[in-house]
Amino acid sequence: MARAVTPRRKALNTVVAWVIGLIIFFPIMWIFILSFKTEGSAILPPLDVLRSSWTFENYGVVQDRSDYFKYFGNSVVLAFGSTLLGLIIAVPAAWAMAFVPSRRTKDILMWMLSTKMLPAVGVLYPIYLLFIKLGILDSRIGLTIVLMLINLPIIIWMLYTYFREIPGEILEAARMDGANLREEVLYVLTPMAIPGIASTVLLNVILAWNEAFWTLNLTAANAAPLTAFIASYSSPEGLFYAKLSAASVMAIAPILIMGWFSQKQLVRGLTFGAVK
Amino acid sequence: MGQIELKQVSKSFGNVEVIPPLDLIIEDGEFVVFVGPSGCGKSTLLRLIAGLEDVTGGHVLIDGKEATLTVPAKRGLAMVFQSYALYPHMSVRKNIAFPLRMAGLDKADQNERVTQAAEVLNLTDYLDRKPGQLSGGQRQRVAIGRAIVREPAAFLFDEPLSNLDAALRVGMRLEISELHKRLKTTMVYVTHDQVEAMTMADKIVVLQAGVIEQVGSPLELYQRPRNTFVAGFIGSPQMNLIDGPEAEKLGAHTIGIRPEHLEISQTEGAWKGKVGVSEHLGSDTFFHVQSSASPEPITVRATGERAFHYGAEVWLSPRPEHLHRFDSKGLRIE
Repeated sequence: MARAVTPRRKALNTVVAWVIGLIIFFPIMWIFILSFKTEGSAILPPLDVLRSSWTFENYGVVQDRSDYFKYFGNSVVLAFGSTLLGLIIAVPAAWAMAFVPSRRTKDILMWMLSTKMLPAVGVLYPIYLLFIKLGILDSRIGLTIVLMLINLPIIIWMLYTYFREIPGEILEAARMDGANLREEVLYVLTPMAIPGIASTVLLNVILAWNEAFWTLNLTAANAAPLTAFIASYSSPEGLFYAKLSAASVMAIAPILIMGWFSQKQLVRGLTFGAVK
Repeated sequence: MGQIELKQVSKSFGNVEVIPPLDLIIEDGEFVVFVGPSGCGKSTLLRLIAGLEDVTGGHVLIDGKEATLTVPAKRGLAMVFQSYALYPHMSVRKNIAFPLRMAGLDKADQNERVTQAAEVLNLTDYLDRKPGQLSGGQRQRVAIGRAIVREPAAFLFDEPLSNLDAALRVGMRLEISELHKRLKTTMVYVTHDQVEAMTMADKIVVLQAGVIEQVGSPLELYQRPRNTFVAGFIGSPQMNLIDGPEAEKLGAHTIGIRPEHLEISQTEGAWKGKVGVSEHLGSDTFFHVQSSASPEPITVRATGERAFHYGAEVWLSPRPEHLHRFDSKGLRIE
């Protein structure tokens, strides 16, 4: 039943929501503002920062000093590559868990999730050594595999939840209609799960794009994505706030824009199953 | 050809045996109905034939060929599910064409067969719609269309009408019977509704707890039920089963008499009783009579409108030629 909401109460709610929203958004907004200021004015008190003049020079300097598009390219390859690789493994895995569960399925799901509970730094040393031995340190392929592995539990969990909503009888119908396993997954299950797969892809691209621990530790120059690009501006010898801000804006803008356009899909994905 | 033979087929889920070893032959072209109360294993039996469940023991033969380990896709059977199980992301046309596409038929052949099936099933105007835009009856027809296009060795129906409303169910029942007459393909049909079983089947298989109680034509089952379970299950309203002195008089443990085989009179008869609730259907009237013969009320069917008011004293007489006698194990005495 709808509750009666007085206009005053509505106005109050709106104000509170905006305040909370602005507090959350403030750091990003401030970075955005700083990126258009000179280094000199960026370290002034906040009000003086706002009054100082605006400039585009930071973006030019950042692009001149470090090749933004190389990092951007690496980010795209790593984020989409690791997600696609993850899907190739996760779709069959989630199919098996959702439609032919065994007594151990729940345990396996829990075990996979438990890998996310271990602090990443705990396995840094072995992985680092492995990478050296295999000669894939600072390579895109190595990092793609690592990012895929750390996000795989999430991908499988999300797909498992979606697949469970699909009636098993439809897959049985496909089997009766002469489809083999590959055709059943490809022509029936996957198209039916497209909305779920789309939100899984989106979320994991964002997670992989923003992943900083592994990308910073396992790359130097060749495979460095935008997270490393930002980090290279937080130098200890001098804090170039304005340039750091410009670099940050350049790094987060693509994913922010993508997230903005797909927010409906994303929200649906994250709340899937919660309201049904 | 579509002869299906089950040899000592059994099924257990873990330690629970749902179907003890059983034998059954379904002849080519027959319309066989598996009927029984829910949980009797009739759907499981169908799924064993389909290959959607693996048998625990025994053999499934299709046209005399060993098919026990054959995957569903290769058995050449088509199935219609209770939930229709249409592919929601495909149009009606693509749904019906799916088995043909899987079989590798070329586009032109696919189209021709889909068009034919759509005509038979009155779906021509709906070919470009998605299943979500169809009514229950139309969806059911699409499911049937998907089954008939590939010309299977046999059709398997798993309670296909139980999601439809009563009027539509009668219509679809006729359509499926009609289809069987026309195609002359083996059909195996699972239902818990004994009216569906009686009206559609060439042969009924009555199941209880995974065990076949009786196999026979609808009239055989109606006229000569092998035991009290079949006697009570086939026929609507149920056969009256009476234990005690009245049965002993006839040398039986239990006697059975169908509601339509009882005479009801105000003046004379075998058993004296009082009329309880009457159900008037127009064509028939059912009286529930509390009588001296048994503690349970006896159902009597009278044709047309007969008026006995609540509490009226009446006499009931069973027609002797229609009395069924059963021994203490519930088995029929000839």
